[in-house]
Amino acid sequence: MATSPANGLPRWEADPILIVEHLFMRFGGLIAVNDLSFKVGRGDITALIGPNGAGKTTVFNCITGFYKPSEGRLILAHGRAPTPGEIAEVTRIGERSLVGRDAGVFLLERMPDYLVSGGAKVARTFQNIRLFTGMTVLENLMVAQHNALMAASGYSLKGLFGLPGWTKAQKAATAKAEYWLDKVGLTDRADDPAGDLPYGAQRRLEIARAMCSEPILLCLDEPAAGLNPRESLELNTLLRAIRAEHGTSILLIEHDMSVVMEISDHVVVLDYGTKISDGTPQAVKNDPRVIAAYLGVDEDAVEEVEAELHLDTNPTGAGA
Amino acid sequence: MAVQTAETAPPAAAIPVLGPAFKDALIAGLIALGLFGPLIGFETVIIDGALGLAYRPSLLAIMVGIIFFGRLLLNLTLWSPNRKPSTHTGPTLFDRAGTFIGPGVKPALLAFAVLFPAIAIFSLGGLNESRYLIDLGILILTYVMLGWGLNIVVGLAGLLDLGYVAFYAVGAYTYALLATSAPINDFFAGLFGATFWANWAFWICLPMAGIFAGVWGMILGFPVLRLRGDYLAIVTLAFGEIIRLVLINWVDFTNGGAGIASIPRATFFGIPFNAGPDGFAALFGLPFSPMHRIVFLYFVILALALLTAFVTVRLRRLPVGRAWEALREDEIACRSLGINTTTTKLSAFATGAMFGGFAGCFFAVRAGFVSPESFTFDVSAMILAIVVLGGMGSQIGVAVAAAVMMGGMEMLRNLGFLTQIFGNDFDPSLYRMLIFGFAMVAIMVWKPRGLVSTRDPTIFLKERKAVSGDLVKEGHG
Repeated sequence: MATSPANGLPRWEADPILIVEHLFMRFGGLIAVNDLSFKVGRGDITALIGPNGAGKTTVFNCITGFYKPSEGRLILAHGRAPTPGEIAEVTRIGERSLVGRDAGVFLLERMPDYLVSGGAKVARTFQNIRLFTGMTVLENLMVAQHNALMAASGYSLKGLFGLPGWTKAQKAATAKAEYWLDKVGLTDRADDPAGDLPYGAQRRLEIARAMCSEPILLCLDEPAAGLNPRESLELNTLLRAIRAEHGTSILLIEHDMSVVMEISDHVVVLDYGTKISDGTPQAVKNDPRVIAAYLGVDEDAVEEVEAELHLDTNPTGAGA
Repeated sequence: MAVQTAETAPPAAAIPVLGPAFKDALIAGLIALGLFGPLIGFETVIIDGALGLAYRPSLLAIMVGIIFFGRLLLNLTLWSPNRKPSTHTGPTLFDRAGTFIGPGVKPALLAFAVLFPAIAIFSLGGLNESRYLIDLGILILTYVMLGWGLNIVVGLAGLLDLGYVAFYAVGAYTYALLATSAPINDFFAGLFGATFWANWAFWICLPMAGIFAGVWGMILGFPVLRLRGDYLAIVTLAFGEIIRLVLINWVDFTNGGAGIASIPRATFFGIPFNAGPDGFAALFGLPFSPMHRIVFLYFVILALALLTAFVTVRLRRLPVGRAWEALREDEIACRSLGINTTTTKLSAFATGAMFGGFAGCFFAVRAGFVSPESFTFDVSAMILAIVVLGGMGSQIGVAVAAAVMMGGMEMLRNLGFLTQIFGNDFDPSLYRMLIFGFAMVAIMVWKPRGLVSTRDPTIFLKERKAVSGDLVKEGHG
């Protein structure tokens, strides 16, 4: 999956949908993200992992416009991979985006959060679920289609008089909501308040809500947190189906390694705001720096690992 | 849903109640004595031109006695530890009654509102005799409309606005200033005849008052967009005061505290309500009565209020209305779904302000006189109390709350029978606000989320289920 047949490059290099370049995020004296660069492949499921406090959610907030990065460039490519010329052009002219007929380049660091979602089509979910608890499940999915419906309702004028154009748009939106309700298995609960759903269902609803805004990149912040093994398995199936049927690229933060290793094509590992590993799940799993960062090994173990690593190249260097 | 376990618990041995109950009541009585002692026990009186003190031990004893025996009674009955807790689960009797009569309430109230002048005239036996009741109806409907207008901002969008009276004032002054403006009058006199502007000013100014107030809503909305909760409330409160102070101090423009008088009265779509040959009465072959105008005004404010309700109900089912409610529920989630929270908040402010402007224009034409005194913070507080009492976001609750509050306040003016109990020097109107305050506290204890605490979903697939008020957020910005 992850390699493009054309030139042997991994897909995130050949056809990236998101390019993160030299991202810095400073909060006063604290550097939460430190010179981070990585690419997300179009149609890939990419996992962003790392120990607690590594800066994963900060990266998410930068990508989705909730934080303005201190430095760096976040390029989102619609349609096809952008050429370096296009990226240089949109950066130079100072616009937020450059949209052509077959492709578009969006500089996310220049966009406010609602445009990242509405214009650049990047949807996200939250680590602590943020549903509209007092609204029904169906209403949650209708709110997610706000921008499309707003235009269809003639910015409320057509809708106020119930003109047919609006009624039709409303029907279509309801049909789409029903499709996603069916997808996440919540059709029976459509008319219940979202706050009444069990935790796992709320997680699924949040993903369905994000998908109702028709994103090309879906950012999931710990989608499997608090799910039992069976629900985790269902989540894997759902995410795969989203990718296969809608071509939506997925970027996810996850601690549950069974999810990460099972479904991701590409894993990026963060520690203390810097990237320590980047590659296929297999490559990352065996990366000693990742193991060290995750297990928080003591001095002896580090030496052991190093010894093992350097065994081939430097047999006498063990423990030196 | 809370599950009551009282039935399964073993019957506890009767706990002695009399001793603790007596002790508790004694403590409450002592606290009451301490509090009421200075407040009720002493009375300042003028003795020979100098200020002196009189003592009222009997009144103090009565008050403390009420507290003591009331508390004792409650301790022995309602609050008694031996009393079986209610094992009833599910909706209360009141809620079930609500769902039973619920569908009929709206049409019944609407029919009553439409027929109210007729009922008043027939029950009191004449046009002139019904003046007080119809005036009261106009007052209540004005507050119903203001409540519905503020409900958009506070109830739907969750933006706490303590300065709503500012938009009421903008609407009233828009009409007052435009209708009494000599240049505009001269302009229309040249075009359509001398009486044109006096006859049509209200109908032309009514939409303009709404538009002006809406624009003011946006202007005031911009600086407060970044504020939330208490801070938003304080700044909107300040804006309400600023508008009033400008109206007082900009004497050249607004005539200051003296106000603007002799504002043209409402006309029956261009036909004035006067005794002349071109007047309403003559054209319709009726004997002239000043009540025609009052009854007409009643129907004007009823139509305006219904317009407010209609637009609000419609907007709630449109994306903009859903975005308002979503904003109240979770602003960050809104932004993650591509909703521009700035324009959404401004549209809520502007829409709410517009209806305040309509109501203000109506106020000016009804009274024929406006002055800054009519637009104090009290009015904002009253409208907000109506919205909170009615249940935030609920149309019918706000209407009932407005009727109860305004009607109740008027009823409390007529507490004449109390003088028979307390003697002739008892002035019942002094206790109006006290009783009103008690009533509000009681209702808020009984129904903390307002009279109608459930939220009606805007769309449904199979079945319309009301959302419990516990899940609905009040909003924080």
